[in-house]
Amino acid sequence: MLTIPCPFCGERDEAEFRYGGEALEEIPPAEASDAEWSDYLFNRDNPKGLVHERWCHSYGCNQWFQVVRETVTHRIHAVYKVGELRPDIDHLDGAEAQAGG
Amino acid sequence: MRGYSFSTVLGRALRGHRRWPPAWRSAEPGRAYDVVVVGGGGHGLATAYYLAKNHGITNVAVLEKGWLGGGNTGRNTQVTRSNYFWPQSAAFFERSLELYEGLSQDLNFNVMLSQRGILTLAHSHHEMEALRRWTNAIRINGIDSDVLTPAEIGKLVPLLNLDARFPVHGGFIQRRGGISRHDAVAWGYARAASALGVTVVEQCEVTGFDVEQGRVTGVSTNRGSIAAERVCICVAGHTSVLAARAGLRVPITSMALQAMVSEPLKPCLDTVVLSPVIHVYVSQTDRGELVIGGGADGYGSYAQRGGVPLLEENLAALIELFPAFSRLRLMRQWAGIVDITPDTTPIMGPTPVGNLYVSGGWGTGGYKAIPAGGETMAYTIAHDAPHPLIADFGLDRFETGALIDEGAASGVSH
Repeated sequence: MLTIPCPFCGERDEAEFRYGGEALEEIPPAEASDAEWSDYLFNRDNPKGLVHERWCHSYGCNQWFQVVRETVTHRIHAVYKVGELRPDIDHLDGAEAQAGG
Repeated sequence: MRGYSFSTVLGRALRGHRRWPPAWRSAEPGRAYDVVVVGGGGHGLATAYYLAKNHGITNVAVLEKGWLGGGNTGRNTQVTRSNYFWPQSAAFFERSLELYEGLSQDLNFNVMLSQRGILTLAHSHHEMEALRRWTNAIRINGIDSDVLTPAEIGKLVPLLNLDARFPVHGGFIQRRGGISRHDAVAWGYARAASALGVTVVEQCEVTGFDVEQGRVTGVSTNRGSIAAERVCICVAGHTSVLAARAGLRVPITSMALQAMVSEPLKPCLDTVVLSPVIHVYVSQTDRGELVIGGGADGYGSYAQRGGVPLLEENLAALIELFPAFSRLRLMRQWAGIVDITPDTTPIMGPTPVGNLYVSGGWGTGGYKAIPAGGETMAYTIAHDAPHPLIADFGLDRFETGALIDEGAASGVSH
């Protein structure tokens, strides 16, 4: 069971949210090759550890935002709005991934 | 290998079942192999078995980080069927079902295949129309399936509540579908492969790949380096993790798929019943336990445990369909990490790294594919060219756009 801190509404139960997959960074330019588009559209890091992902508070404010979550422990480390800079999580990665096995 | 037979069982029974030999050699890893298979689940073991049996390649090691069949092979709900929509999927999964039908004899190990039929329900007029189309596609693919009326379903599954909040409008059945014993499939393949000379190594985790000039030449493990001419990754939910160690990104999201069993009951359900829309499927094992499953938890996860919201949803759907089960207690609940692809079709074949092959992306339906997955991957590795049945399942489809969107026919939505 996840409790997700929506940046607009505060902590709510996971049942109110919709998962939107990994937060992708840059859309390739229109002239990008098929391989580059394929990588952007389909390939995912899918890490066993910390991941930046999008969630939508669909049964609340209906806003999209980003969550930094650990995929083994499910612990949420940070939440940030669309357009905000990614929080610095480098210092967390190794220890948490180790702890999660 | 001494074959299992009535006389060997009787002979051992008379001697108190003492000194049964181990079913397979659990060996120390050697230094070099023609083929290293990463992952000792059903797919890895079947690939090794068919490499030895069909292609005479016996200098093969299967490296398993835990114990054999301890991942998704031992966590699934044991359903085998071939009622797929697209011709490529139908041909592949039908081949798998054919192999399952002869597997106990082939492996000399009873996998307890029970072709009790798998019944898929529709709960509205529109769903029923979609289900008729699905049934027609399956029949055009040459696979058995029959549309059933609510009255026929009531006769087949007397405990089913046809007049529920989501009334049963009809359904279809693949009578050759059913269940088998998943541990036996892993053990049977391990034993048969081991008898043909394959090395099965448990407690051996692959931590990296040796890649020289774009070709893989071996693997590093927690028990030393092992040279390999060819390497095949068969690790289900951890496909992305292993692929990343070889420098590859793959179109996979790992999610937790949960299942559960009830306390044992007297025989009451002799069909696998599945409702794609209200999200549950159920069958009864030979021990009498109800095996219950549904969709995957809706977010990326490597935690082998299921979330409570989905558990509640699955059980609510079950009780909706079978009110008589409402007083049962659950004995166990668990999850496996499934590797879901964008089109819910597996990823099988070569990778951009030379001599490195992948069999993954099995999503929520890898168990039924074990025999054909092993057979076609063994062919692909032996010939360094995809087996015709999996030619369309390659990684390159995500670049060409030739996706096989099997979401509709995967039974339960992902």
